[in-house]
Amino acid sequence: MATLKDIKNKISAVKKTKQITKAMNMVAASKLRSSQANMEGFRPYARKFAEVLGSLAERAGEGASPLLVPKPDVKRIHLVLCTSDRGLCGGFNTNLTEKAEAFMKEKAGSGIEFSFTAFGRKGRNWCRKVKTPIVSEHIGIMGTAVKFNEAATPGRKLVQGFLEGAYDEVYVVYAEFLSMAKQVPVLKKLLPIPPIEKAETDSGSLDQGYLPEHICEPSAAELLGEMLPRNVFVQLYSALLETSASEHAARMLAMNNATKACNDMMANLTLVYNKARQAAITAELMDIVGGAEALKG
Amino acid sequence: MAGSIRLEIVTPEKTVVSEDVQIVMAPGVVGEFGVLIGHTPFLTALKTGVVRYSDIQGGEHMVFVSGGFAEALPQKVTILAESAERRRDIDAERARAALERAQKRLAEQRSKEEFDFIRAQAALQRALIRLRIAENRSLH
Repeated sequence: MATLKDIKNKISAVKKTKQITKAMNMVAASKLRSSQANMEGFRPYARKFAEVLGSLAERAGEGASPLLVPKPDVKRIHLVLCTSDRGLCGGFNTNLTEKAEAFMKEKAGSGIEFSFTAFGRKGRNWCRKVKTPIVSEHIGIMGTAVKFNEAATPGRKLVQGFLEGAYDEVYVVYAEFLSMAKQVPVLKKLLPIPPIEKAETDSGSLDQGYLPEHICEPSAAELLGEMLPRNVFVQLYSALLETSASEHAARMLAMNNATKACNDMMANLTLVYNKARQAAITAELMDIVGGAEALKG
Repeated sequence: MAGSIRLEIVTPEKTVVSEDVQIVMAPGVVGEFGVLIGHTPFLTALKTGVVRYSDIQGGEHMVFVSGGFAEALPQKVTILAESAERRRDIDAERARAALERAQKRLAEQRSKEEFDFIRAQAALQRALIRLRIAENRSLH
């Protein structure tokens, strides 16, 4: 049976935990805001890039670049796994690794070799655990203000690996940021680049004179060749930004729940404490009354 | 002046320039070109270099760009660059350090892998252009 002192200690321990979870919630909220600002900042570039790429791809036609051509026999698949460095964000990382695992299971059996590029410590540790080779790992950048270079450098290696035949297909697993409450693990093909659809043109008033027949320097095909590898970097960068924002949102939610759970626990413990105190007082009173009765007799 | 043209310089991290200007000069891979209002739709890759423009008041500006594309439309010029910095945002100290690093690397590994050599050369070029902009005091 827990004594009064035990319960009191327990209450104060829960209270301290609550202070921590509450602080973490607020930190995650402010980091989320800056991650969202980064995503906002990236949007104009991504939109314009997709627009130009779409109109170029249409003109250059099929098979203009080796990056567009699927390999006939897929034996080696490379996965880029984006996770967070730190834990305490609910099922965030588990959801991502499960997505990767499900994909590997689906493809397994046909003698396919997998390899990984890991963004984030949690994903790296998971790759080690399932004993798949890690080609490169990037730790310490997730959840911060990710620089474009941090996507371009590994992106360049992916493109190189694909062209040299080290990988037949490259996928990225990341968390798509849908809203504060919803982040979905997504698997997307990076290479070979899926057929590019013509993006909707910006409906801004300045772009109304938009004509697809640009003069191109150098030729449209050459420009496309320049832009396609960059498209991989852009996709990868967007995946990193989304994952970072999702991580903070997931942590915010997890810490919010933890704070609520702490409140519940404290309410329950206080109730138990008061009951125990009351019981102790009653017992004491009974003793005194009993003693007095005995003396009288 | 016939009118102004909208200039937007966008990097993946942020929009660096978004304003109405009189003329834009940019370093295309095939050669430097200028854009005034009413330009024919035009698309080109850019070299690492300097984009110059004059704002409506006639002030001259220089922006460092690398890894970029430019799209010119009759009313608007959009430059997509991997990195772009206005003169006031250029970190001259960092550029100087990068310059020294690149020079050292070039001196050391002339014989080594070609890829590294090309990279060091590109870094050297970026640093030089940044410094050239930063040290030009007549500009904004």
